[in-house]
Amino acid sequence: MADTRKITVTVNKAPYTRTVETRLTLADFLRHEIGLTGTHLGCEHGVCGACTVLLEGRTARSCLMLAVQADGGNIVTVEGIAPNDTELHPLQQAFQDNHGLQCGFCTPGMLTTLIEFLGDNPDPTEIEVREAISGNLCRCTGYQGIVDAALDAAKRMRK
Amino acid sequence: MKPPPFTYHDPRTVAETVDLLAQLENAKLLAGGQSLMPMLNFRYAQPDHVIDLNRVDGLSYIRAESGGLRIGAMTRHRDIEFSDVVRKACPLMADAIRFVGHRQTRNRGTIGGSLAHLDPAAELPLVCATLDATIHVAGRNGERAIPMAKFPQGYMTPAIESDELVVAVSIPAAPARTGFVEFARRHGDFAIVAAAVALDIANGAIKSARIALGGVGPAPVRCTEAEKMLAGQKPTADALRAAAETCRSIEAMEDVHAPASYRQHLATVMTRRALEAALG
Repeated sequence: MADTRKITVTVNKAPYTRTVETRLTLADFLRHEIGLTGTHLGCEHGVCGACTVLLEGRTARSCLMLAVQADGGNIVTVEGIAPNDTELHPLQQAFQDNHGLQCGFCTPGMLTTLIEFLGDNPDPTEIEVREAISGNLCRCTGYQGIVDAALDAAKRMRK
Repeated sequence: MKPPPFTYHDPRTVAETVDLLAQLENAKLLAGGQSLMPMLNFRYAQPDHVIDLNRVDGLSYIRAESGGLRIGAMTRHRDIEFSDVVRKACPLMADAIRFVGHRQTRNRGTIGGSLAHLDPAAELPLVCATLDATIHVAGRNGERAIPMAKFPQGYMTPAIESDELVVAVSIPAAPARTGFVEFARRHGDFAIVAAAVALDIANGAIKSARIALGGVGPAPVRCTEAEKMLAGQKPTADALRAAAETCRSIEAMEDVHAPASYRQHLATVMTRRALEAALG
């Protein structure tokens, strides 16, 4: 018999209650149980950063958490970053304007990581930005555009 | 589904956790999950039971204690990184923590998890070895204290019984002149070699030196020969270089990342740089 638990997790301000196997990762919960496929899975062992989400405002790799551990918790995924259906978050807009995306696979992790980082450090140097995204791999190697976007977003968000 | 099937437990107290450890066969403790979760996803680890420590009360704190620190096992790397108490009482740990993984890793990873996992290149066990920390573990017969020098029993094997868990680490008051450097292939990776140094300086001379290396042996090693050589010496460039050179004879591991001779070379370079950083 599979070990299951009934959990309630708030994702992008909406509560979701599901009965899940306790070995289900948070990443698979987000993608398969509630259908939010914006959170990407690259390596599934905590190297690539693509699955990064915000848990209580702090970034976490959702492949390295069990869904049961998020029971009662508050999660924001890439789908929850924009203020509404028609507008982009300033960070997303900066990514578009600075060619911060190529294939887009790493983008959800880059965005969630940078949202936390720019909250902690609203006026970062380029080196600080590069260090902040050191746990996020872009296999298009499009880092320059991503760093430019982060610095541009910081400027826009300070206004 | 990536992890193998297991039964999940989320105790609320240390006593409950100890009871579970005593009752259950083939159980694994889940702290920050930055090492165990990859091992589960790869199915390197196939526990029948996972005991999650994240809802256990009273294991997350940083306290100044008799000039040093006491840190609860479930204190996250992030809390150590941003703690003024740590920066003041243990600058070596404050310096070392910035080398631990990445932002996402530090948000979840814990000091107790790092000690129990005991990766040979992990930064916090290295700091604990350098500063003669004490590891507090709880079991059925209450708590016991293990000096860090006796904590590693071998490669990734801490001196913890199967029904015990790490509950806290205490770090004695340490000299203020400290240095931490490491060499890794990529930012945030485990070091190939890391060096930690704490110096007690009086009247322009080194009164005593504590030097330890990570990534060289199966667990952090103290460079006792270099420590002895520097005691009572003026910190000249020649004295530092000669002391660092003694680290070349430390027995080193060989693996896919680097041969033993390269680790021994790095041991001398990292030791010298850590000494220079401490004096800088």
